[in-house]
Amino acid sequence: MAERERRHARPRGVIFVPRAQLLTEDDVERALRRMAHEVVERNSDPNALVVIGLQTGGVPIAQHLRDLLSEITGVDIEFGLLDVAFYRDDVSLHPVLESAETSINSDLTDRTVVLVDDVLYTGRTIRAALNALSDWGRPRFVQLAVLVDRGHRELPIRPDFVGKNLPTSHEEAIDAGIDGVWIGTLVAK
Amino acid sequence: MDRNVGGEVIESIAGENLISLRDLSQRAIVEILDTAEAFVEVNTRAIKKVPTLKGRVVASLFFEESTRTRLSFETAAKRLSADVLSLAVASSSVKKGESLRDTIATIDALGIDAVVMRHSASGAPEQVSRFVPHVRVINAGDGQHQHPTQGLLDVFTIRQVLAERHGTTGRESGCELFSGLKVLIVGDLRHSRVARSDVMAYTTLGATVRVCAPGTLLPVDVSQWPVEVVYDFDESLAWADVVGVLRLQKERGTGSLVPSLGEFTRTHGLTWERAQRLSPSTLITHPGPMNRGVEIDSRVADLDVALMERQVANGVPIRMSVLYLSLAGRAPERSTDE
Repeated sequence: MAERERRHARPRGVIFVPRAQLLTEDDVERALRRMAHEVVERNSDPNALVVIGLQTGGVPIAQHLRDLLSEITGVDIEFGLLDVAFYRDDVSLHPVLESAETSINSDLTDRTVVLVDDVLYTGRTIRAALNALSDWGRPRFVQLAVLVDRGHRELPIRPDFVGKNLPTSHEEAIDAGIDGVWIGTLVAK
Repeated sequence: MDRNVGGEVIESIAGENLISLRDLSQRAIVEILDTAEAFVEVNTRAIKKVPTLKGRVVASLFFEESTRTRLSFETAAKRLSADVLSLAVASSSVKKGESLRDTIATIDALGIDAVVMRHSASGAPEQVSRFVPHVRVINAGDGQHQHPTQGLLDVFTIRQVLAERHGTTGRESGCELFSGLKVLIVGDLRHSRVARSDVMAYTTLGATVRVCAPGTLLPVDVSQWPVEVVYDFDESLAWADVVGVLRLQKERGTGSLVPSLGEFTRTHGLTWERAQRLSPSTLITHPGPMNRGVEIDSRVADLDVALMERQVANGVPIRMSVLYLSLAGRAPERSTDE
C-alpha cells in the first residue's frame, strides 16, 4: 500500500500486513532506470521537463527518477512537490488528512510536467493533481509516471510510464517504495 | 479555567465546533498549527485559492465590531472556495430587536454549513451551537470568554519565529519549542478574551505563563488559571521570553478600574524604558488594535521583535486551517460505516 494510502488508513486505525514481496530493491532500480529512458525518448527537450512528486509516497520515487533523468541528459532537471489534500473530491468522506509540503517554484506554462506517484489505483489523486497543477500555469504536456499500476480505475486516467503492472483485488493492498514492492492486506489494529 | 471541568477534551477539531481553547488537547492544537503551515504556502502562490470547500456556505455574523478578525475570516473562507454570507448587524433586523435564536434560525433557513460569530455575550456561540447542531460554529470572540483563533495565531507566530531561530520548521518542531518557554501576559486581563485563549494555548503546548495586571484588572477567578500571578511588571521583564501585551479595553468600562491612563502606562505599560530591560531576543505580541502610548510605546511597537504584522498575516492561514478541519473533516470516532 502506498505511503499516501497509509496516511488515509492511519486515522481509521488499520495497518498494512505484507504477504509477499513482488519487486526487490534492484527490480525497482531497473524499472525506474527504464522509465527514465522512456521519458527522455518521448521528450526531446530536457530543459522543458519538470518532475513533480505527489506527497507523500511519490516523493522519494520522483526524486530518484529526477536524478536518473539528470544523469542521462546531463541537464539539471527541475523538481517540485505537490500535496493534493486540498483538491480531493472525497473531503468529508474521510477523517481529515494531514497535509504535507507543496513546493513548486516555477511557472509551469509551456513546460512538460512529469507527475510521479508510487501506486496508481482509482485515479482520484491524479485527478486532484491535474486540478492543482492548473494553479501554476498551463503546462504544454502533463505525463504520468507510476511505479505500480494496480488497476481499478474510477476515472478515465492512464499512466504514460509504468514500473510494473500488478493486477490486484480491492481487498489487497500494495506498499511500493524505493526499497521494493509488497502485496498484503489491511488489518484493523 | 481548568481543562477538564465540565467538558470533554477534543483530540482533533475535525468535524467539531471551535468554541474555546479549553476544549482542545495538545494534539488538536498542533494539528491546527501544522495544517496552517500548508496554508501559508497557499497564500504565497500567484493563485491564492484552493477548491477544498467549494459549495459550502460560511455565514459571518459579527454582532460586535471588528476589522481584522472579520476580514481575515472572510478572506480565509474565500481562499478555500466557500461562499460567504456576511450579516451587517447594524443594518439588519437585529436592530429591530430580533433575538439571537431567530436571527440564527433565519440564516440557517438559507442553508449554511458554518457560522463564524462574534458576540458581546460570553457563551453566545455555545448557545448557537445548541440551536443549530448540524452547523459548525466557530467562535470569533465572545464577550470576556474566549477568542480561540487569536490564541492559535499567537502561538503559531511564536512557533514560526522560534523555529526560524533554531533552523527548523514549525511542522518539524511540533510543540518542542514551547517546553520551558516563559510567557508574560500583561495588561487588562479582566476584560480580555484574548488573554484567556492565549493562556490556554501556551500552557497546553507546554509553556510557563505569568500574568501581570493591576489588582482591579485581574479576573475574579484568576486563582484557577494555570498561571502564576505577579503584580510588579518590572520584576518579570528579564524573566520573559515572550511578552504578550493586551489592549486596554476602554469600551468595556476600564475607566473606573484604573485611576488614569497615564498611571496605567507608568505601572503596566510596555514603555521604551521597560523594553530596554527585556532580553534582546524577547518577542512582543499584541492582538491589536493598539492604543499606542497607553499599553505599548509607539517605538516599541515598531521594533523587529514586535510581531504584530506577522500576527495579522498569520490570521488568514490559521483561520483557513480551522475552517478546513472543522468543515472538511469528519470526527473519526463517529464513523461506523467503514
